[in-house]
Amino acid sequence: MKQAAHKNKGKDDAMDIGKIDQIIDNHQGEASSLIQILLDIQNENNWLPKEALNRVSEKLAVPMSRIQHITTFYKHFSLSPKGKHEIHVCVGTACHVRGAERILAVVEEVTGVKPGETDPELNFSVETVSCLGCCALGPVMVVDGEIHGNVAQSETADILTELKRAETAEFLNKLEHAETAEVLNICACQ
Amino acid sequence: MPRIKSPAELEAFRKEILAQRDPEKPCITLCSGSACHATGSGKVAAALEQEIEKQGVAADVTYRRTGCHGFCEQGPIVVIYPQGICYLKVQPDDMAEIISVTIKEQKIIERLLYVDVNTGEKATTEEEIPFYKNQERLVLGANRKIDPKSLEDYLAVEGYQALVKALFEMTPEQVVGEVKNAKLRGRGGAGFPSGVKWDFARNAPGEQKYVVVNCDEGDPGAYMDRSVMEGNPFAVLEGLMIGAYAIGANEGYIYVRQEYPLAVANLAIAIKKAEESGLLGQNILGSGFDFTVKVHRGAGAFICGEETSLLNSLEGKPGEPNARPPFPATRGLWGKPTNINNVETWANIPLIINKGADFFSAIGTEGSKGTKIFSLVGKVNNTGLVEVPMGVSMRDIIFKIGGGVPGNKTFKAVQTGGPSGGCLPENLLDIKVDFDELTQAGAMMGSGGMIVMDEDTCLVDIARYFLAFLSDESCGKCTPCREGIRQMKKILTNITKGLGQAGDIELLQELAEATKGSSMCALGKTAPNPVLSTINHFRDEYEAHIKEKRCPALSCKELIAYIIDPQKCKGCGACFRKCPAAAIAGGKKRIHVVEQEKCTRCGGCLEACPAAFGAVRKISGEPVPEAIPEDARLIG
Repeated sequence: MKQAAHKNKGKDDAMDIGKIDQIIDNHQGEASSLIQILLDIQNENNWLPKEALNRVSEKLAVPMSRIQHITTFYKHFSLSPKGKHEIHVCVGTACHVRGAERILAVVEEVTGVKPGETDPELNFSVETVSCLGCCALGPVMVVDGEIHGNVAQSETADILTELKRAETAEFLNKLEHAETAEVLNICACQ
Repeated sequence: MPRIKSPAELEAFRKEILAQRDPEKPCITLCSGSACHATGSGKVAAALEQEIEKQGVAADVTYRRTGCHGFCEQGPIVVIYPQGICYLKVQPDDMAEIISVTIKEQKIIERLLYVDVNTGEKATTEEEIPFYKNQERLVLGANRKIDPKSLEDYLAVEGYQALVKALFEMTPEQVVGEVKNAKLRGRGGAGFPSGVKWDFARNAPGEQKYVVVNCDEGDPGAYMDRSVMEGNPFAVLEGLMIGAYAIGANEGYIYVRQEYPLAVANLAIAIKKAEESGLLGQNILGSGFDFTVKVHRGAGAFICGEETSLLNSLEGKPGEPNARPPFPATRGLWGKPTNINNVETWANIPLIINKGADFFSAIGTEGSKGTKIFSLVGKVNNTGLVEVPMGVSMRDIIFKIGGGVPGNKTFKAVQTGGPSGGCLPENLLDIKVDFDELTQAGAMMGSGGMIVMDEDTCLVDIARYFLAFLSDESCGKCTPCREGIRQMKKILTNITKGLGQAGDIELLQELAEATKGSSMCALGKTAPNPVLSTINHFRDEYEAHIKEKRCPALSCKELIAYIIDPQKCKGCGACFRKCPAAAIAGGKKRIHVVEQEKCTRCGGCLEACPAAFGAVRKISGEPVPEAIPEDARLIG
């Protein structure tokens, strides 16, 4: 993953220690809850800063090597900052046979970001995901938590797939130029 | 909610709930599973609430947001009871009419009804729709009737009756015996007899035992566990408690993928309500049985669907498998006897206890009893979740329920069992859905993904796809799996790129056997299945790729080219505008030409070219015709 060359614009770089302690306390400080604690921090902060991991290691008395093992083993964890907009393209089997790769190509082309990477401006993070369980809507893409499915079927499938492709591009274009979160919200659900 | 302290109080509460419900009063149910949510069920719900208010029908109608109905591709789905009128692809704007026409005037809105793509016939109720008509929804059926967040709804559909029966009328041995006699086999993939597994855990020495729900549904293309967990979490909890009572456990864990946030949320609510009402915790219903349960989210690792990996993950470790034996039944979570079953397996338990082993074992085939939920997806008309009795033929599922392949394309193969399964060609479609029969045919029941592929799907690419997935997901602990998969993937990638060599197929077979025979856990042992089954049934496709550098499905990017037929091109410029790579040379009233060296083979031009012209086509295994000279490109 490309490392951001400058400060994260979208999210605060440092995470509040108090917040981390609170998350650890929610799990009664049990070392067996390590994965759950890291998930909560990841969900709160969108990535796992080093300071947060140090704190977890200290509070749970778990060696950093084990935390590193966990955070690199499981795919959900990120050790570098994520972009403002997170795009997940489902490449599960059902989406694959319905052309997920082309959706991914459009996403890559418009954002200029490859799967697993974040752009240096921290605008976009692109990830592939193996199955979101929305197979009937394939191909499926999730933008900032909002699922976009292609409900095109049967005789109109070809036309709608084309429309969807255009939409994907247009929608991502809009995102790129979105000045404020409001604009994002308007286009994110249409 | 007051604590329910005895079976009598539970029955009294159930009666009270049912007495408040008039079965004749119109009830509008709206599917709110993940797929319908994605197609806008949330907005439809808001519109519905608004219209109920606006049209003043709040007293005359009830409304419920239910779990997944299964016909996901047609969502959001609205079903109006008592008639069972089923409206599909409902939009927020339709709600005003549904209230004013269907609820007030009792008339059907034709345009929202299901239309059969093959016959053009309409269907008013779910029962008339071929997709539902040919199913037997013993497990999934309740999803349509209940709000997954409502304990009252679950009680209204006989919820917790099985638990009462088990706790008060049966000994733990009898419960295990009932599950054994029902011949229920695990729905997670391997199909191990659940009763036998329970018996092992019950007889294992030790005071502390655990029960675990495996909801780490990682198979790409399968989502039945998510729908059961999201749509009916109380049923899973009830099954789990019955299992805990049977094997002598007082603690349970539910392991859910973090990719399923709605399942986690609904489950958390269900657990909270069950705790508040005394259906979880100490001395449940006065029986003396204690049970607590915790939810654990996965963090994104396919291998955690394997039971020993899942247990390691539950302990807060990386999800790497352990060699078995010892099996979890004797040494599981924290080294204690543990019984771990899949969501669908647990959801079958209340049914077996309520209706008895004889009822359950009367359904299905000799070796596979009960029903199985499949996610019928891919290139098929009716996509969604399908629950059928074991023993139904694949052909019936794909063509009767699924309505066949869309767009006049030809069926090529169906892939079952996820990355561990295999692809079955047309001539094997009459085999029955049965654990043993599928395995014999080189496929696998797996967790129930059923991905239909048509003539446009390249089977070599599918094998490559699964191996790429598995190579990514292999935990790397044992060498045969880690290296074997990687090498097979390398060869397959080369073949799809036109770099295949003579002998590749044999080498793949050799690697497949080695990986299969020497990997530690099921991931590696079954990883070669997609390769072996595609070589077995579609060897000609492999050979076309290797010998002729041709992809018969016109799918592998490196082996195809897009060309524009100069005779058919009308110079409309649709492809020119669409091309993201600026690889099309053209202009007003000029024949367009694809510049092959710039073309990224995205297919945009083929889709953009108006069907009336049909000038763009894909070729493979033949040389690209020479572009027509510049001065001959002017049209007219």
